[in-house]
Amino acid sequence: MKSKLLVTTGCVVALVAGTAAQQRALINGAGATFPNPIYSKWFDEYHKMHPDVAINYQSVGSGAGIRQITSQTVFFGATDGPMTSEQLLAAPGKIFHFPTVLGAVVPVYNIPNVRAELKFSGPLLADIFLGKVTKWNDPAIAKLNAGATLPATDITVVHRSDGSGTTYIWVDYLAKVSPEWKNKVGVGQSPNWPAGIGGKGNEGVSGLVTQTPGAIGYVELIYALQNKISYGPVQNMAGEFVKATVESVTAAAAEAVAKMPPDFRVSITNAPGKSAYPISSFTWLLLYENPKDKAQSKVMVDFMKWALGDGQKLAAGLGYAPLPDGVVKLELAQLAKVKVS
Amino acid sequence: MPQTRTSGDLGFRIGTGLFGFVVIAIVGMIAFELTRQSLPTIQKFGLNFWRTQTWDPIAGQFGALPFIWGTLYSSILALAIAAPIALGIAVFIAELCPARIQRPLVFLTELLAAIPSIVYGLWGVFVLVPAVRALETSMPEVLRRLPIFSGPARGVGMLSAALILAIMVVPFTSSVAREVLKSVPNTQREGAYALGATRLEAIRAALFYARTGILGAVMLGFGRALGETMAVTMVIGNDPNVTASLFAPQYTMAAVLANEFSEAADPLHLSALVEIGLVLFTITLIVNLLSRLLIWSMARSARGPAVATATQAAAA
Repeated sequence: MKSKLLVTTGCVVALVAGTAAQQRALINGAGATFPNPIYSKWFDEYHKMHPDVAINYQSVGSGAGIRQITSQTVFFGATDGPMTSEQLLAAPGKIFHFPTVLGAVVPVYNIPNVRAELKFSGPLLADIFLGKVTKWNDPAIAKLNAGATLPATDITVVHRSDGSGTTYIWVDYLAKVSPEWKNKVGVGQSPNWPAGIGGKGNEGVSGLVTQTPGAIGYVELIYALQNKISYGPVQNMAGEFVKATVESVTAAAAEAVAKMPPDFRVSITNAPGKSAYPISSFTWLLLYENPKDKAQSKVMVDFMKWALGDGQKLAAGLGYAPLPDGVVKLELAQLAKVKVS
Repeated sequence: MPQTRTSGDLGFRIGTGLFGFVVIAIVGMIAFELTRQSLPTIQKFGLNFWRTQTWDPIAGQFGALPFIWGTLYSSILALAIAAPIALGIAVFIAELCPARIQRPLVFLTELLAAIPSIVYGLWGVFVLVPAVRALETSMPEVLRRLPIFSGPARGVGMLSAALILAIMVVPFTSSVAREVLKSVPNTQREGAYALGATRLEAIRAALFYARTGILGAVMLGFGRALGETMAVTMVIGNDPNVTASLFAPQYTMAAVLANEFSEAADPLHLSALVEIGLVLFTITLIVNLLSRLLIWSMARSARGPAVATATQAAAA
């Protein structure tokens, strides 16, 4: 009995020691759910190329990601809404923002017996989400969609019940196209929604929209594609109705390259340009300029170089748009400033 | 009666006493930490936190009235639906059903309690909500004009939440009520039969005797309904609203905590959420305490009269 116990303990210790010896570096990060699919793929691919490195990412939300990197419980953070100046000041050291991919938020809808693709404009979306347009056959919607027969169904607005970066991108756009939205609701991750029901996560919103006749909501592009929910083109600043695709999202970022601020904290919603999709956004990875653990820093810098290079090829397959070359060049210059020794 | 205490016995007493103390200490620490973390909003808003309806994290305005309303409304409504059903089950199992099917029936009711909350939520989204939407749309116009049935028929809302809570509360309430009914001494029922009561009247006599315990069981169910999170947040619509309408989407304290806590970065927002947690903690603690006291008093009084007569006989 005693020898059996000894042998079992010995095996367990050997197993643990074996796995511990294998991982030369285990890096923890946390943050946004918006880029979770592409980050998971990246960390997995990177681990295949470097088996002694494991990067662990928890998609707990942008707010939690910012909190955790500020309190240094994780090595890197991820967020859809850039950190505010107050948040940056509250951190114990300087934090760099690194845009990683581009994503799009699309308006999804579910109207019984309507198969045609509906066109939306920014002010119309704002009015719907403010609760001012309440029926699908409202003249404001009919004006943009001359050919479609719209029923007299009530519009059920579906928004996020949890604080979210996707929400941040959506309301950031609405505030730019609707002064009433800007004054009444404002921009943030948990706005005081004037109308509608809340679903938890992109999955919750997709679920509610597909289940509720007459519903309209907003989700990341990949959710609309994978769940096969109808989503419509949105009118951009140039007046064109553009549907969210890899090309139209990249076009939205291309304009921003010229005016990119040095800390990369920029909003590209309602971007100028004929083929730009107006509800696009960067998503950022957060790293300290001078972290305590230099070994982990070296690994992360190497990972970032790969992600900004070969990693971008994996983005389109998951519904994200790769970064424009101009942005990548600027980021590599900032990456060089992160201390690795 | 003198007890010989060895050192082993003393060690055992101290050890188990320590475990019991640890549980009390944990509850105390939870209460302390919740209060400490919610001090910023307590100092800023004071009592207005409970009276205002606006919950606006962007503007920094926090009023918790919609959540308190939603929690109490959904729990009380759930109880109103569940209590008769649970009592019916308890009476049937304890008094009426043949011994053969008693154990399978008990097993099946308890099985409902074992289903995780989120599974209820998923079932609610895919089965209950469409059914409730169909019910709401088929309601006649004359009823739809009443404030309690007003508003567009969406499916998600207070009615779905109350129904799903009722289903979750039934197993707890029925099993405690069943135990309470079993603890009613047979002399009560026999006495009733001796006085010429029918089966139903004898059951009523037993129920009357067990009334405090049954009230305790109902309150235990209430305590469970107050804290339910995942099932409720998936079917209630998550819209902070103070309205009597059953069709309107509303919000509960547990749901807002589950939804907003992980993303809340602003310290005031976090503190407001923790204060909501503190209120939920206090209400649940009080409700559970009262229900336990009621059940204990019932169990004590069951033995009470026998002890009284015994001491009387001993004194004579």
